[in-house]
Amino acid sequence: MSRVVWGACLLVASTAFVACADSGQTAAVARLASGEVAVSGTPEGIPAHAPARFEFGTEASATRVAMWDIDVRPDGEGLPPGSGSVAQGREVYNVYCVACHGPTGMEGPNDRLVDSEQWDDVPSTRTVGNYWPHATTLYDYIRKAMPQLTPGILSDDQVYAVIAYILWMNEIVPEDTVLDAETLPAVVMPARDKFVVDDRVGGTGPVR
Amino acid sequence: MPRDGRSKLSRRAWITTTSGVIAAGLVKTQTDAIKLVAQEAPSDPTRVPGKLVSELGGRAPAEEPKRLVRAQALSSSSRTPLADLMGTITPADLHFERHHAGVPDIRLEDHELLVHGMVERPMVFRMSDLMRYPQVSRIQFLECSGNGGGVYNRDRMPTEVTVQALDGLLSTSEWTGVAVSTILREVGVRRGASWILAEGSDAAVMSRSVPLDKVMEDSMLAYGQNGERIRPEQGYPLRLFNPGYEGNTSVKWLRRIEVTDQPTHTRDETSKYTDPLGDGTVRQFSLAMDAKSVITFPSYPYALPETGWWEIRGLAWSGRGRITRVEVSTDGGGTWVDAALQGPIMEKSTVRFRHLFDWNGRDTVILSRATDETGYVQPTVEQLWDARGTRTSYHQNHQRAWKIARTGEVTFGLGELV
Repeated sequence: MSRVVWGACLLVASTAFVACADSGQTAAVARLASGEVAVSGTPEGIPAHAPARFEFGTEASATRVAMWDIDVRPDGEGLPPGSGSVAQGREVYNVYCVACHGPTGMEGPNDRLVDSEQWDDVPSTRTVGNYWPHATTLYDYIRKAMPQLTPGILSDDQVYAVIAYILWMNEIVPEDTVLDAETLPAVVMPARDKFVVDDRVGGTGPVR
Repeated sequence: MPRDGRSKLSRRAWITTTSGVIAAGLVKTQTDAIKLVAQEAPSDPTRVPGKLVSELGGRAPAEEPKRLVRAQALSSSSRTPLADLMGTITPADLHFERHHAGVPDIRLEDHELLVHGMVERPMVFRMSDLMRYPQVSRIQFLECSGNGGGVYNRDRMPTEVTVQALDGLLSTSEWTGVAVSTILREVGVRRGASWILAEGSDAAVMSRSVPLDKVMEDSMLAYGQNGERIRPEQGYPLRLFNPGYEGNTSVKWLRRIEVTDQPTHTRDETSKYTDPLGDGTVRQFSLAMDAKSVITFPSYPYALPETGWWEIRGLAWSGRGRITRVEVSTDGGGTWVDAALQGPIMEKSTVRFRHLFDWNGRDTVILSRATDETGYVQPTVEQLWDARGTRTSYHQNHQRAWKIARTGEVTFGLGELV
């Protein structure tokens, strides 16, 4: 991963955290976002006469990192090439997902996926449609962990497609949607702005 | 027991058994005889030789503490029998479980940890590499943030619930491993980094984002638990251990750490482990476990058989540091007295508390409340309802209560107070 890409991530992160700070984020997290993190000093367990590096372990090749670096972030970092449509996703869903999540994503027996009804105070369900703040999380999670009994079986295209279908069932995207590395991060999830960073701090102040 | 109290019957039985075995020709050596005789529990253990040494010990046959398993599912949990335990350390085979896709079968020699992202030198560590780094051990608790969720709803406040079912997603171990800071020192963290992503090698590829300053402070790559290799259910051969943080962040079967400048917003930090507050917002990254205490004795389904002196016992802990005080009320919260705390009191660890109680046989409700070194006092459930609404499902650390009925029967008593 190049420094140029990381620079871009930093910019995105900074913007995101400024937005969070406006909505009452704690100073600690804002400090984290600014990168002012103490990474110097003598870590626990390392005596003063220890070498700067022990060199136990081996350097990871770029290939090795690329093979394992499969997470996906809200800004789209980590999304693979490929694409999938709502129509293709319907086929994927009906083969791999329907048994656990039901014909319309609402019946279970496992987690309910669909609820397009939004909420003001408290959600009565916590589904993709009314609770998940980022569409990219679907890619991160489905590619790694679904289907439950055969995780990792779906192709990159199939993952894009089934996400398109789930978002369409939740009335978040239109039926002609095709998702890829550009369009998926651009999907604005209805619950996105409801999420606030923890403000509990311990101490003698008010209970939070 | 005086010497003349020995059972003659027992001695006779021993002779009969031994003679029978010898007659049957099954005994060739003195060792064979001892083994055979020791198979039956004698009524007088001074009259028969005991069992010989063994390679692997076991509990006394009558002692059968067990985890509570509710549902056999890939994503499920089992709970520690808190009422059966003494002190603070949880025997490793009774440590609570929470798996999201079962327990993977991993060979020590195959396991590798990749550390990459915003680092100078991306590296792969085998277990033998990690074992060679300077080692740290700490006795600290691990608690699932869903612990106690069953006693938050005013309309569904249970009475017949054990402390195991209620708060058994809590365990304490001596964890041994290498400080995360040691490994990050080795790979060199780049400026601007602020989070890590920790990823497991289970079938859920469970992953969580953790602030970099937290893992630099006291997180550990743990490979030991209570003196032995970490158990498969707790992440064999390697887990992240974030002291004081909600258990889900201590990713088990750890295979990858990516140093980042932002949280990844994985499924388990967005759709799960987040807290709708009742005002239209959802609290995210609620990572620290606030101070909490539970009375483990007396608790349901125990019944005090008589009035008089009983020692109320329990556990207190805080994810923000040391416990400084535990108070107990034996009159439904009307008055409080300081409980005795059993040292050593360690940070982000459980503390055993005790209070001697002279039960007069009347109906009453007993409670405990913990205070930690930040000054935080374990809140009442009403305080949590006021602060968070009634529909959150994690971090319910409010005061627990047990009702002692005139009959001595003990039931969960919070419903009596709210």
